[in-house]
Amino acid sequence: MTAFKRTLSALAVSACLLPAAAVHAGEVEVLHWWTAGGEARAAAALKEMMEEQGHTWKDFAVAGGGGEAAMTVLKTRAVSGNPPAAAQIKGLDIREWAKLGFLTSLDDVAAAENWDQLVPPMISDVMQYEGEYVAVPVNVHRVNWLWVNPQVMEKVGVEIPNTLDEFFTVADKLKAAGYIPLAHGGQPWQDATVFEAVALAVMDSDTYRKAFVEHDLDVINSAVMEEVFAKFAKVMSYVDDNAAGRDWNTATGMVIRGEAAMQIMGDWAKGEFTAAGLTPGEDYLCAAAPGTAGEFTFNVDSFAMFGLSEEENVAAQKDLARTILEPKFQTVFNQNKGSIPVRTDMDMSEFDACAQASMETFKSSADTGELVPSLAHGLATTSYVQGQVFDVVTNFVNSNDKDPVKATDQLAAAIQAAK
Amino acid sequence: MEQTQRRPAGVVSAPSRLLDGLQRWLPKLVIAPTFVLIGIGIYGYMLWTGILSFTSSSFLPTYDFVGFDQYAKLMANDRWLTASKNLAIFGGLFIFTCLFIGVVLAIFLDQRIRQEGAIRTIYLYPMALSMIVTGTVWKWILNPSLGIEKLMHDWGWTSFSFDWLVNSNLAIYTIVMAAVWQASGFVMALFLAGLRGVDSSIIRAARVDGASLPLIYWKIILPSLRPVFFSAVMVLAHIAIKSFDLVMAMTAGGPGYSTDLPAVFMYAHTFTRGQMGLGSASAMLMLGAILALIVPYLYSELREKRHD
Repeated sequence: MTAFKRTLSALAVSACLLPAAAVHAGEVEVLHWWTAGGEARAAAALKEMMEEQGHTWKDFAVAGGGGEAAMTVLKTRAVSGNPPAAAQIKGLDIREWAKLGFLTSLDDVAAAENWDQLVPPMISDVMQYEGEYVAVPVNVHRVNWLWVNPQVMEKVGVEIPNTLDEFFTVADKLKAAGYIPLAHGGQPWQDATVFEAVALAVMDSDTYRKAFVEHDLDVINSAVMEEVFAKFAKVMSYVDDNAAGRDWNTATGMVIRGEAAMQIMGDWAKGEFTAAGLTPGEDYLCAAAPGTAGEFTFNVDSFAMFGLSEEENVAAQKDLARTILEPKFQTVFNQNKGSIPVRTDMDMSEFDACAQASMETFKSSADTGELVPSLAHGLATTSYVQGQVFDVVTNFVNSNDKDPVKATDQLAAAIQAAK
Repeated sequence: MEQTQRRPAGVVSAPSRLLDGLQRWLPKLVIAPTFVLIGIGIYGYMLWTGILSFTSSSFLPTYDFVGFDQYAKLMANDRWLTASKNLAIFGGLFIFTCLFIGVVLAIFLDQRIRQEGAIRTIYLYPMALSMIVTGTVWKWILNPSLGIEKLMHDWGWTSFSFDWLVNSNLAIYTIVMAAVWQASGFVMALFLAGLRGVDSSIIRAARVDGASLPLIYWKIILPSLRPVFFSAVMVLAHIAIKSFDLVMAMTAGGPGYSTDLPAVFMYAHTFTRGQMGLGSASAMLMLGAILALIVPYLYSELREKRHD
């Protein structure tokens, strides 16, 4: 960098900082459950960037992966009129909170920062309630990934399957060679993660959206859904018998150790491979889940912003919202968390191969409409419909007869009851 | 209050009257916070849950009443039916097995054996563990890829199979096993105390009449322990109905939801799925189950008092 450029960028930075320093420094209290490893580092980066702007960061971290404990605390605080500035709330739950009048509008920040251009409409829709931004997206996880141990594949002499039928052939060969074809954990959300990948492979993305976002009963109660269940049962037959209750990272460990060949799991699985000291492209491979190439099931973490009374804190809250979508934070955060930036204009050269591939599909699918919300991770529907679907799917996996017709009826009944 | 007013003024000197009043009010003052807390914290919230069960509350309480809708939904819910059925299996087996093992252990220990104190402590010890710990330990023992099955395979018995924990039809029985392990020592302690309280002259008299020891236990001692049976069943039934931590630690309701119990169902729907109304309805049904047990108990207790 030349001296001139350096001066310019220094000027630019100070120009950015000036308006932030001009307003009174406030306090942001942030509720999140990023307490483990890379997540904690990611959260620390945000804290640092807020403190650079002169604000005080009050950490409100409640441990527990799914955030159940955190949500209970949040409800109590919100009802008693003392909500934190921002809370990690996802998917359609954002709308529920907004409907109850707890959230504040971020439209001024969004307009100033041009969020509408940065974030694909499929995702910015989720962040809005009645046309106003009430939440900020933090990252994008792709859920329909297939993680592969190349050594195992090589030993057996098979290639990564691109379609479900190829998957069945490959899996048969792996099974015959004494490997577990598909590593999996028998927990409802993991069952649903595989289920939605199979659903996306069998249906096209429009049908998927009609079924799981719009809850179109004609689509849910159809022959296509029966086929989804039938294929899903076949996929699950390649899972070992002891999967019940296994954690997803234990299943990833099976792929790492070469006991199992593949796993269908979101890109947070990358963290496990990285922690084991493996490099993407060599020691492990990432590919789209069979039959979903070019399609992208997204899972977006986001911060919903609560209505605050004190002016300084509101200013700090707006700064927080702005900072989250800034390229610097997006890079640091997503590299630590294994996800990709939610902005489509980012320079991806510092990311690994899987993240770059993910970004490419993210952009292309956003254009073609192949970008669909994840059902298993609460982006497609409300938590109660999601819960009902989980019940049907997990019951189907664990029943002895696995009757696709019956499961389809149950799914239709459950969604109708919960709608 | 009335008494103080009726007392003629000036008869008692001021300080002693103060003391007097204090003496009369202090116990009530000390007790009062407890009553208020119980009133709000237990009965108040019970009432509130009851009210919520008639509303369409989603993930925060709202007050638009929908009648018995939530109860109807609950009755049509496959998972709730599984949970209720599981409670029947779990509760029945748990209470019966605990009683059986507890009584047998107590009778054995009652034979004035050596080291009784040490053995009694060993049997009672599981009760000192939290259900979470018990559940986690048993999860490891019963997991086919970690526990008994793997041990047998490692020892060369490769055809051995013990996969109850991951079999959706049998998993509930593994929970019974862990719960029995936890609670039967407690039942033993209850019965041992009861056995020690039986008048030894009765036993001696029976001996003189030529009754064998098993017969004495069966015909004389155990029937005299009816109240102990009753309290043991009461305590065990409570443990069964509110059982939550053991299931969460062992199977988290899985595989699928095949080991779901009403308490797990209630927690999941009220606090994580945003179906507070439905969760409240299930809580009310659980309360109903407990009341069905406690009312006859209270009735018999109070009736006995009247006889005295």
